[in-house]
Amino acid sequence: MNRSHRHGAGSGCLGTMEVKSKFGAEFRRFSLERSKPGKFEEFYGLLQHVHKIPNVDVLVGYADIHGDLLPINNDDNYHKAVSTANPLLRIFIQKKEEADYSAFGTDTLIKKKNVLTNVLRPDNHRKKPHIVISMPQDFRPVSSIIDVDILPETHRRVRLYKYGTEKPLGFYIRDGSSVRVTPHGLEKVPGIFISRLVPGGLAQSTGLLAVNDEVLEVNGIEVSGKSLDQVTDMMIANSRNLIITVRPANQRNNVVRNSRTSGSSGQSTDNSLLGSPQHIEPSCEPEDEDSDEDDIIIENNGVPQQIPKAVPNTESLESLTQIELSFESGQNGFIPSNEVSLAPIASGSTTEFETHAPDQKLLEEDGTIITL
Amino acid sequence: MRRFLRPGHDPVRERLKRDLFQFNKTVEHGFPHQPSALGYSPSLRILAIGTRSGAIKLYGAPGVEFMGLHRENNAVTQIHLLPGQCQLVTLLDDNSLHLWSLKVKGGASELQEDESFTLRGPPGAAPSATQITVVLPHSSCELLYLGTESGNVFVVQLPAFRALEDRTISSDAVLQRLPEEARHRRVFEMVEALQEHPRDPNQILIGYSRGLVVIWDLQGSRVLYHFLSSQQLENIWWQRDGRLLVSCHSDGSYCQWPVSSDAQQPEPLRSLVPYGPFPCKAITKILWLTTRQGLPFTIFQGGMPRASYGDRHCISVIHDGQQTAFDFTSRVIDFTVLTEADPAAAFDDPYALVVLAEEELVVIDLQTAGWPPVQLPYLASLHCSAITCSHHVSNIPLKLWERIIAAGSQQNAHFSTMEWPIDGGSSLTPAPPQRDLLLTGHEDGTVRFWDASGVCLRLLYKLSTVRVFLTDTDPNENLSAQGEDEWPPLRKVGSFDPYSDDPRLGIQKIFLCKYSGYLAVAGTAGQVLVLELNDEAAEQAVEQVEADLLQDQEGYRWKGHERLAARSGPVRFEPGFQPFVLVQCQPPAVVTSLALHSEWRLVAFGTSHGFGLFDHQQRRQVFVKCTLHPSDQLALEGPLSRVKSLKKSLRQSFRRMRRSRVSSRKQRPAGPPGEVQEGSAKTERPGLQNMELAPVQRKIEARSAEDSFTGFVRTLYFADTYLRDSSRHCPSLWAGTNGGTIYAFSLRVPPAERRMDEPVRAEQAKEIQLMHRAPVVGILVLDGHSVPLPEPLEVAHDLSKSPDMQGSHQLLVVSEEQFKVFTLPKVSAKLKLKLTALEGSRVRRVSVAHFGSRRAEDYGEHHLAVLTNLGDIQVVSLPLLKPQVRYSCIRREDVSGIASCVFTKYGQGFYLISPSEFERFSLSTKWLVEPRCLVDSAETKNHRPGNGAGPKKAPSRWASVPARPAGVLKEIQSTLEGDRG
Repeated sequence: MNRSHRHGAGSGCLGTMEVKSKFGAEFRRFSLERSKPGKFEEFYGLLQHVHKIPNVDVLVGYADIHGDLLPINNDDNYHKAVSTANPLLRIFIQKKEEADYSAFGTDTLIKKKNVLTNVLRPDNHRKKPHIVISMPQDFRPVSSIIDVDILPETHRRVRLYKYGTEKPLGFYIRDGSSVRVTPHGLEKVPGIFISRLVPGGLAQSTGLLAVNDEVLEVNGIEVSGKSLDQVTDMMIANSRNLIITVRPANQRNNVVRNSRTSGSSGQSTDNSLLGSPQHIEPSCEPEDEDSDEDDIIIENNGVPQQIPKAVPNTESLESLTQIELSFESGQNGFIPSNEVSLAPIASGSTTEFETHAPDQKLLEEDGTIITL
Repeated sequence: MRRFLRPGHDPVRERLKRDLFQFNKTVEHGFPHQPSALGYSPSLRILAIGTRSGAIKLYGAPGVEFMGLHRENNAVTQIHLLPGQCQLVTLLDDNSLHLWSLKVKGGASELQEDESFTLRGPPGAAPSATQITVVLPHSSCELLYLGTESGNVFVVQLPAFRALEDRTISSDAVLQRLPEEARHRRVFEMVEALQEHPRDPNQILIGYSRGLVVIWDLQGSRVLYHFLSSQQLENIWWQRDGRLLVSCHSDGSYCQWPVSSDAQQPEPLRSLVPYGPFPCKAITKILWLTTRQGLPFTIFQGGMPRASYGDRHCISVIHDGQQTAFDFTSRVIDFTVLTEADPAAAFDDPYALVVLAEEELVVIDLQTAGWPPVQLPYLASLHCSAITCSHHVSNIPLKLWERIIAAGSQQNAHFSTMEWPIDGGSSLTPAPPQRDLLLTGHEDGTVRFWDASGVCLRLLYKLSTVRVFLTDTDPNENLSAQGEDEWPPLRKVGSFDPYSDDPRLGIQKIFLCKYSGYLAVAGTAGQVLVLELNDEAAEQAVEQVEADLLQDQEGYRWKGHERLAARSGPVRFEPGFQPFVLVQCQPPAVVTSLALHSEWRLVAFGTSHGFGLFDHQQRRQVFVKCTLHPSDQLALEGPLSRVKSLKKSLRQSFRRMRRSRVSSRKQRPAGPPGEVQEGSAKTERPGLQNMELAPVQRKIEARSAEDSFTGFVRTLYFADTYLRDSSRHCPSLWAGTNGGTIYAFSLRVPPAERRMDEPVRAEQAKEIQLMHRAPVVGILVLDGHSVPLPEPLEVAHDLSKSPDMQGSHQLLVVSEEQFKVFTLPKVSAKLKLKLTALEGSRVRRVSVAHFGSRRAEDYGEHHLAVLTNLGDIQVVSLPLLKPQVRYSCIRREDVSGIASCVFTKYGQGFYLISPSEFERFSLSTKWLVEPRCLVDSAETKNHRPGNGAGPKKAPSRWASVPARPAGVLKEIQSTLEGDRG
């Protein structure tokens, strides 16, 4: 880390910006070149240097123009902080072990109560302790129910996001038969079913799949007419980003749609689907194929012994200087900005969450997000 | 992804696809699996073989062959070719009779089923009443006499199978017409033999199992003669002039009976037990053949002493004081003797004995002293030792072809010089456009070189690697080295020998360079041999080098088999491919991949532990690379336990195949296709029900680096390409593993003039880890025009355009799940086709093939031919990776068939449909090897008179057959001449 090349660069030219950094009770002031802020690591080192806390892990936050305390922990939000600072960049530093995560977020600095929220949802913030939301650096894509708006109610499309977790997928499938409504009446057709969930596996811990759920599609490809071995191979081939459409054996926990749902896609609910549960929508858009696979290429004789695991965080990139890694984070990729991902949960203004009160605890534990 | 699911219907491309691709199963090579019946037509000179799965196969002159499949999956128990007709009648084990005929359509004959028939008794009769035991086609070709278990002989009229009930010869009718003294014994039971009088079509002979034989006058409905033997009857032979009967019996005896009206109660002329005096097994069939010279040939099956030789499968030939018991390694199904075809001729004059054994066909020359075997032009037993791998080389240069044939002809010295005697019909197939070799590796350490150019798969040369090693069995210990006065006079014949001295000798990988004559062969115990073609026998020491693939990996213990002990000192090798270097991998695990670059004189090999590169010019190891993952314990334990289970599963899959083999042949003559599907659905349904009873589970888990056998090297590839930078290309070696890793090494090969002075150097240049971690099954470099790089030396021999080195090269990696194109030299993903994610199928075999257009003579495209684990064959385009066509080829349950598939460079392929048969298929419209032949009964009749005395003395017999000499050397000659002309 080339931490101090910018240290003390406090010339009086127009391009500089004043920084006021607070750690505990101490303040430090220095300046940065606004046009060339450098990398977050360099800034982080600079802060440790000016506060003389070189070996202390700290959380860095800043006050944005609305007065919200927002974190700085990667290049993106660092640059955002620099570019929006006007005229002064106010930095707040906390020791990691003492950090109060709840301090971050909307309205946290200007302690202004939102009266309306409290009237509408009297129990939301009072009875329960504040929902702990981890730092954006800990965010990763997680398993979820998707495409609720385009699927019949009796079906559920589940994304098991294996990337970055050590948990096994942890389920088994079997052959079976299901009854279908056809123009000739009821007909027994062969199908593929979930036969077992491994305790502690991803499938079980998400709570989104259950034994005897019928598998209808794997990553948008219908499984009807395919053998158990074929479906097994398809699932394993897609194991890094597995999207299974099932007809749950237990139909009581289905998401009940209504037109008041929030979220971008929730408005497009097509009620005509409700009448035809047999109808399967044409496959979900197979999204951003490349996000799940980036082969590691080691050029020349660089570190041949061990291929480092590709983990999407900034520290590991540095250790892989000889490895070309290209993470194209699409809509599945890790979520770069905290505002977006925090919104549905922190504001919590949808009715869906109330109807699923029993599920909520589960969801919190496993970081499952239902996007609508 | 969508674009692969719904390919745009570009009409131009669609038309072009029709000109390029077409799927056909064309011919089955090898020996039919589980033969159950033999038939022969002396007039057509066509041999027929029926199998337990209901197939019938007809063979005549080389290239003349037909196949038919009964709709019922029942075993064929008898085949009778109607005398002088292009028709045959088959009896199945469900007691149904079928009439087949060869009909000329569009200039070529086709085999088709005309009628079928099941004999029905009166209502209430026992089923045995109509259970057919013997079929006699009458010489009039209008009647069939059917002997049954009840003792009645029924008559049906051909071709409609009309039952003629008034002509039935019931056992009661026979009994009434017998003299009083013969009636008292219960002499009837089932009919064992039915024969027509050789000269008088109004007399037939009926033999009943209890020992009564009658000669029946068809017109007068009376018994002309009767004979009573004390033993259970097995079979009867009626001498050509009709004056002598020879009966054979269950106690191992045979009797001769004179047919004359003198004696009313005839006694046997002679009765003897040939292998007595101790109890013998039954003689099940006997032939008594007269010769011009006077002394007859007695040929019979069985009759061996029960205690000491009861387990042998023997056919004995006795003639002129000589007696030989030909000893077969598998059960004898049936035999026939080729004799004078003209029924009017005075003598039989037998010239060849044709024996159908369970695992092979053996033909013995009866005219040459010592009765040597005749080399087969087809029906070769591919599985004389189990096939362990195969390798196909297209378009062999004439020079190499001749040298291989010359080496092979020296091995065939013990064969008779007789030309192939079964030569009916004429092949209309044009001469094959090129010479193709199919190499099969076997469990006993041999490699067999087959001529795979045409319809007949013929053995050219056999290479044995056994001499390099010290094996438990002493090669001098020869079973045939028996004393002169040994009794019975057994002689081993045939090549079927399924017992391997040592399974470690098994050949696993073969790589032949057709330009240089270098051959690399690798086996089960980590042995890699490099061989060179030498026209002279040589005595030489094989240099041994050890390749330690574990290198510095510590704490590992190989629990598998030990390496083979190599002979030290010079070993004498026959002319042909002679080994000069043995690279022994350590640990001695099975070699899983092999590549040879004859221009650079390098051989690369890989096992489950790693791979190495060997310079066979300097006889020096260039490098080894361990690919073992530290946590992969299974790879270290050795393959023994797994090999066993694999073998077991292969065996089981063959067993499954046995009954349900339904070939979807294009020219299958049996009925409309709809009915066939019905049949196959029937066989599958019980399987589905079983599945529901005991549901199988499949675990869904992502592959991880910790999985077993990730280091297993699946593929090796040499390429001259831009590995390091885009300005200089260099030799490179690529290796792909089971865990989805690709290693690329740049090589420095010294120029030819300093080749012996400077060492070959290698340096790792790249390592690619596929994120989906599926096994890498193919690596290929495409040149600047997106054409696959040519084979080594191909350009030097002017057989290929030199690759485009101007444009940028691309790397194609095929894993079991995906096809991926990367740029070079900087490796970045460019294109991909995710096969498994889309279809749930996995790539089992992939090969580049050139597809020529059937319209434009010089137009062709390079594409990938792909076989999946579902048995589908697909063509995937290069370089855009678009699926072109897909055909279902092999049943997905047929694991061994899928595992055995090899593609040729011109869009054909082979796979095993049984341990002994290759099915040949073609994806190309242009390259198609298919039998097309003509059999005409009238034509063959015409030159019957010229057939005076055996084949050798009658050149006119060959006149109507187009120039297709059976002699190997003659063929070369004609090829030579053809090439010059």
